[in-house]
Amino acid sequence: MKVARAIAVAVLLVVSLCALFAGKLSSPDYAFQYREVPDAAPSSAHLLGTDDLGRDRLSRTLYGTRISLSLAPIAALISISLASLIGGLAGFLGGWPERITMAVTDLFLCLPWLFLLLIARSLLPLNAAPLTSVLITFLTLGLLGWAAAARVICTEAREFRTSDILLQARATGQHGWRLLTMQFVPRLRPVLFAQFLISIPVFILSEANLGILGMGVAEPLPSWGSSLRELESFSSFSGEWWKLVPFTLLVLVVVSFQVLLSREEISL
Amino acid sequence: MRRASAIIVLLLVFIANAWAQAGELRLCLHAEPKTFNPIQVVDEPSETIRYLTGGVLLRVNRTTQQLQPELATSWRVSKDGRTITFRLRDHIYFSDGTPFSSADVEYTVKQMMDPAAHSPTGDAFRSGPGDVITNVISPTEISITFPAPVASLDRQFDQVAIMSAHSPKKELAVLGPFYLADYKPGAYVLLNRNPNYWKKDASGRQLPYLNSIRLEVQPNRDIETLELRRGDIDLINSIDAESYDKLNAAAPQLTHDSGQSFDTEQMWFNQVAKAPVPDYKKAWFRSTAFRRAVSEAINRSDLCRIAFLGRATPAIGPVSPANHFWFNAKLVPISYDPAAALTQLQGDGFRKEGGTLEDRAGNPVEFSIVTNAGNKYRERMATMIQQDLAKLGMKVNVVPLDFPSLIERITQTFNYEAVLLGLTNVDWDPNGQMNVWLSSSENHQWNPKEAAPETPWEAQLDRLVRAQAQSMDPKKRKQYFDQVQEIVYDHAPFIYLVNKNALSAYSTSLTGMQPSVLRPQTYWNIETIAKR
Repeated sequence: MKVARAIAVAVLLVVSLCALFAGKLSSPDYAFQYREVPDAAPSSAHLLGTDDLGRDRLSRTLYGTRISLSLAPIAALISISLASLIGGLAGFLGGWPERITMAVTDLFLCLPWLFLLLIARSLLPLNAAPLTSVLITFLTLGLLGWAAAARVICTEAREFRTSDILLQARATGQHGWRLLTMQFVPRLRPVLFAQFLISIPVFILSEANLGILGMGVAEPLPSWGSSLRELESFSSFSGEWWKLVPFTLLVLVVVSFQVLLSREEISL
Repeated sequence: MRRASAIIVLLLVFIANAWAQAGELRLCLHAEPKTFNPIQVVDEPSETIRYLTGGVLLRVNRTTQQLQPELATSWRVSKDGRTITFRLRDHIYFSDGTPFSSADVEYTVKQMMDPAAHSPTGDAFRSGPGDVITNVISPTEISITFPAPVASLDRQFDQVAIMSAHSPKKELAVLGPFYLADYKPGAYVLLNRNPNYWKKDASGRQLPYLNSIRLEVQPNRDIETLELRRGDIDLINSIDAESYDKLNAAAPQLTHDSGQSFDTEQMWFNQVAKAPVPDYKKAWFRSTAFRRAVSEAINRSDLCRIAFLGRATPAIGPVSPANHFWFNAKLVPISYDPAAALTQLQGDGFRKEGGTLEDRAGNPVEFSIVTNAGNKYRERMATMIQQDLAKLGMKVNVVPLDFPSLIERITQTFNYEAVLLGLTNVDWDPNGQMNVWLSSSENHQWNPKEAAPETPWEAQLDRLVRAQAQSMDPKKRKQYFDQVQEIVYDHAPFIYLVNKNALSAYSTSLTGMQPSVLRPQTYWNIETIAKR
């Protein structure tokens, strides 16, 4: 498993570096439409060909990777912060606060989040710059994605509340803030980290889903979601392997995150 | 002996089955039909069933675009355009055997014009307040008088399927080539040949040639294309450019491009005075020079070639050149000329500073174009327009929205700046566009429901549109509508972008196909279509 983990780290590192140096590795203008060569096959001018509007596919893939890979962790951080606050507090307090909080969490989990995102997206100001709309999209994803993690964190916190360790800590005179920082947070840290890592691919996929619906990252900014729209038609990629590159990258990154998350490897 | 008899019986069953299969046309409905009542039709699946089952008095020939007699042998429209008199065919029977007479026409018109029925078909005839008077002169002659003149009165009857006044089957008793035999919600609609259909071919053979039509409910267009390739269905009435190209590459014998259709794709700017848009932007959108400059800066040829894969033609105005009679041939295609567009803008007080276009007050020109999310052709066009207008120094934000949000913005809140949408023109006659051009109309999309025309050219549009609707002289109507087209061309309230091609696909086993640009493109002559 250590080998698998090393490969996963290497994949994430390479993909991140490619995204970071997107401007050096490809044409810096990911939005320019080379209209004389729309939907072209790979060539020396366009290593991964061009999309249906004649934009350089390599450049769009790399810049799209940069957006997806940098903003998904931010959304995950927002969501885990909310989840730890809500779930942790509920589990730690127990009793009716826990019951009410978990009932609200369950209700939140039942909401059709995709429609909530669509509504949120349609309420955005129309002249929001593409980058602003991207930030708001991921922020919304983060704000809506806390519920599942909150349940897990709540369970962990409840176990801690009823554990002998807590009893012992109290017996040694730890209370309030000290108890929280010295005992509670360290105990929750592995689960928070695991939930954080789980959330990243979830948010990447959520943006991809929104992108496929045309509601994700605004044109002309690229993202994995908008790149994957090319594959929505069942026969569009027959024989055109270069169109599968964004999909392959997405799978590689999501699988790498999954490998990092395997129980044996989380030894925090 | 027994074995031989069994083999013969089996053989006969097999031949009968094969014959039945050969005589069954299969195609897809993209949604569930909402009604089988012909006067209540609003959706495309119901319209398909009405067309295939309904018998009409007059029919527009989809290739010649001329009216031809059907259940009526002759007709006469009065000079004032209010009354139409039909002479009907004799010895005609509904699908259930009920005889057809002028009483059925009277019944249909009364049902259609009953305000309580809220019939969308009847709306086309509602030209003024008052009742419709029907006068049954004889079982084969009837006159119908409307309270006010109805433009193209006779052509409107192409949409009116005659219902039986006496049949216990009500609207399911039909006069068209097929009748409704079976319906399984979510699965299919089966139409069988009407044994009482009145038409015969030149050799005296009873029409229609087909035994039945099976309409499968299939919302997924990709699966529909796949089914055509597999031979599970026989035709696709209307196919989008991308699917057409793929199908054309794999099986060119199945595809048919009828050329420029009546449908338009256009964008317009929000000119609503009370719209929640900054005043300086409203001033741009209300400027003819600004709109015309935007129009000239859009490369329509590229839109056709790239967004529609060459299956579209640059649009000129509200009437497609495919509409031979009504198109104003004096209008020339709008040339792509960013330099001229910039000069025009400079004449209107705009200036380009460091790559950014600014208005007189120094406001940078930035606006959003909304369109419906999921429509890849419109999203592509909007993104291409974004790059075209960037050459003028305009910053355009493309915003795909879900359709309900988009409609709410353009019809209720008016919280938008520019919009890119399309118009499906099912009507050959421009009378169908009355509700778009009249300034008081809800569908006067760039500035709906104006209390009074807010610009002189809109007042002129109102006058011309009303004049053409009230005139019974086709030449005069044409003159009036030519002027409407010229005003729209000059003032660009709508910036017409492309006319999509009418694309269809059908099996080579079908004979008698005469695809047209008018709906329904492929099966408009259903009674003479056969399957080998």
